Amino acid sequence: MNSTLFVLASLDGLSYAALVFLVSVGLSLIFGVLRIVNVAHGSLYAFGAYLAASLSLLVTPISPWLTYPALLVASLVIGIVAGGLIERLLLSRVYGREEVLQLLITFAVFMIMDNLQRMIWGVQPIYAAEPLKLLPNVSIFGVSYTSYQVIVLPAVAVLALFGLRYFLRRTLMGSVILAVTEDREAATAIGINAQKVYLITFIIGATLAALGGALASPTTSLVPGMGTEMIVLSFAVAATAGLGQIEGTAITALAIGMARAFVIYLQPEFEVLVPYLIMVAVLLVRPEGLFGATKLRKI
Amino acid sequence: MKRTGKTLKLLAGVSLLLGALGGPATAQDKPKELKIGITTFLSGPAAVFGEPGKAAAEMIAADINKKGGIGGVPVALSFVDEGAGGEALVSNYRRLVQDEKVDATFASISSGSCNQLVPLAEDLKMMNFMWDCGAASILEAKKYRYSFRTQANATPEMLAVLIYLLKTKPDFKTIAVVNQDYAWGRESWEIFSTALKQMKPDVQVVAELFPKFGAPDYSTEISRLMALRPDVVFTTSWGGDLDTLVRQAGQRGLLKQSTFVLAIGESSVQRLGKDLPEGLIIGARGDHWFMHPEKKNDAAFKDFNEAFKAKTGSMPIYPVYHMAQAFAALQGAYDKAIKANGGKWPTREQVVDAAPNLEFVGFGRPVKLRAEDNQGLEAQLVGVTKKADGFNHMVLDNMMIFDAAKITTPAGQKSVEWLKTLKPDFAKMDVPVFQHGK
Repeated sequence: MNSTLFVLASLDGLSYAALVFLVSVGLSLIFGVLRIVNVAHGSLYAFGAYLAASLSLLVTPISPWLTYPALLVASLVIGIVAGGLIERLLLSRVYGREEVLQLLITFAVFMIMDNLQRMIWGVQPIYAAEPLKLLPNVSIFGVSYTSYQVIVLPAVAVLALFGLRYFLRRTLMGSVILAVTEDREAATAIGINAQKVYLITFIIGATLAALGGALASPTTSLVPGMGTEMIVLSFAVAATAGLGQIEGTAITALAIGMARAFVIYLQPEFEVLVPYLIMVAVLLVRPEGLFGATKLRKI
Repeated sequence: MKRTGKTLKLLAGVSLLLGALGGPATAQDKPKELKIGITTFLSGPAAVFGEPGKAAAEMIAADINKKGGIGGVPVALSFVDEGAGGEALVSNYRRLVQDEKVDATFASISSGSCNQLVPLAEDLKMMNFMWDCGAASILEAKKYRYSFRTQANATPEMLAVLIYLLKTKPDFKTIAVVNQDYAWGRESWEIFSTALKQMKPDVQVVAELFPKFGAPDYSTEISRLMALRPDVVFTTSWGGDLDTLVRQAGQRGLLKQSTFVLAIGESSVQRLGKDLPEGLIIGARGDHWFMHPEKKNDAAFKDFNEAFKAKTGSMPIYPVYHMAQAFAALQGAYDKAIKANGGKWPTREQVVDAAPNLEFVGFGRPVKLRAEDNQGLEAQLVGVTKKADGFNHMVLDNMMIFDAAKITTPAGQKSVEWLKTLKPDFAKMDVPVFQHGK
């Protein structure tokens, strides 16, 4: 592989990693705090995408530039409304219960949302590319790229990463979340409302999933089943990084995105396998994930 | 007198008993309704074909019933979702046959589903029309009595597209493929590339890319193709995958750099609207196009298209016409069997006997069910995209309609083996050309 192809593959890997990170980090955050593996995360991604596309198509006749706020509004609406309802009505009733029960409940939500999505938006592919078309293409070594994919998506992912870091480590609410994560009983004893912390964390995670979907919507066709594809990949990234690891998720998403891109250039038949091969290799050596801490067993 | 009275009572009793036995026998002869079980995708990505197919089935059944039914018997439909797949599909098919007692089935869209259900239909002695699945191997591997394919298979579909490419772009030197990574994507490329090697051996395949089925992003594949600069990019992708590939390629200028061949792109033309540029080669899995040049003035064709648009919001795509062909075959088989039975309602076996060599017309050229292997001989339409006034999407121009008999694997032969016997002259066959609107 010459240096030109190296640069091209790196750019492709970067834009892919950006979207994967946004979805995976939400999944990882929810697990880190609530200790729940949220299978419905893929549905929140799909709903974010569909609502963003619907709003974009609605506001485009007024001004195409309104599609950018539309992406954000769609993410917030899905994160707050759908995320809030799932947490309050279902998850809040099963905290501390068997993991298999939690898993089954989020799986049921996933199936219900999948059907709901078909009822609302139908089965024909939907495409709303206005945000992408507004920005010019950039030419790199004679190959044309859309600015949206090589500039906007990575920039949003970096903002999300540093925003989350700042929120968790530099704000009072972030400290409260970390306290509940560390020891829920002790945090509750000093007056922290753990239920509220769980709700806020779930809404943030759900909003990140919806934001991933909303940002993907200008680049891809929205079809039934799109959430399944993303949830499987997100699990691979989050598990490889170690569940609950924010910076680790970013590095792993980047590594998997890059590996996938290079494989397409060098050995395309392995494209589908790459994320999962990396995951298996890492988990065999470090079952807690690349960045996960070894857990001490309480006796 | 007493004896006579007793005898009369006895006779009356016997006659009542015979009447009671005879009643159901007559009802069986001509049932109250003709039940048809249809498997189609109502969930998952392939619902882009399954839902229009279902809508078409409902429309056609209503139309048949309005005209008095088949042989005077109204049809009733039951649908099964192929999206459930595997065990659920097989169980549901059994339920249709054994519990709902359907008289015929139309199964299926996916070749995987056909592979599962065709042997089952044989075991259950159920007349089945493979209404949309394309894998040639199913009917090439074994002779079935009860299953018939009411359309072509992947071999003539790919061959028509290749011959069109060779006729219209004879000087291309390099080609790349971007197909979905599952049975259809792999098999269709095997057919196309095998025939290509025979008919134009100097062409170099510069990339064989098989992204995951349902992939949301083709950026890396597009970058690689832009760097490789192949003369032709071939794809048999469909649905959301094809839409994404074409739109991402268009946004980055790849559609202008290479000639794109969308081997089953007819189903995406309306949806892609103006995002589809001029000059793309489009196949239609049969002679299917809502402005079919030989049918565009046919009143029934126009009425059906308009009614379908009124019902669904879009003009029909090829699965809709495939569904129409399955109904035409069913009607044709029953009509033929009734005639052969002296006007009486036929048994199921008599209807199955009537299907081989049956010729029927859906909304394209006539289709014939070849007796040797139950394979449908269906013409193929291929065209190139062009802008046209009055349409918010591309139309097809320079359309060629290929004669089914010339491009279908001869009965008794395996497709890939037959393709290896083809010579470059094969592509020089005469094919009628039709311009849009003329």
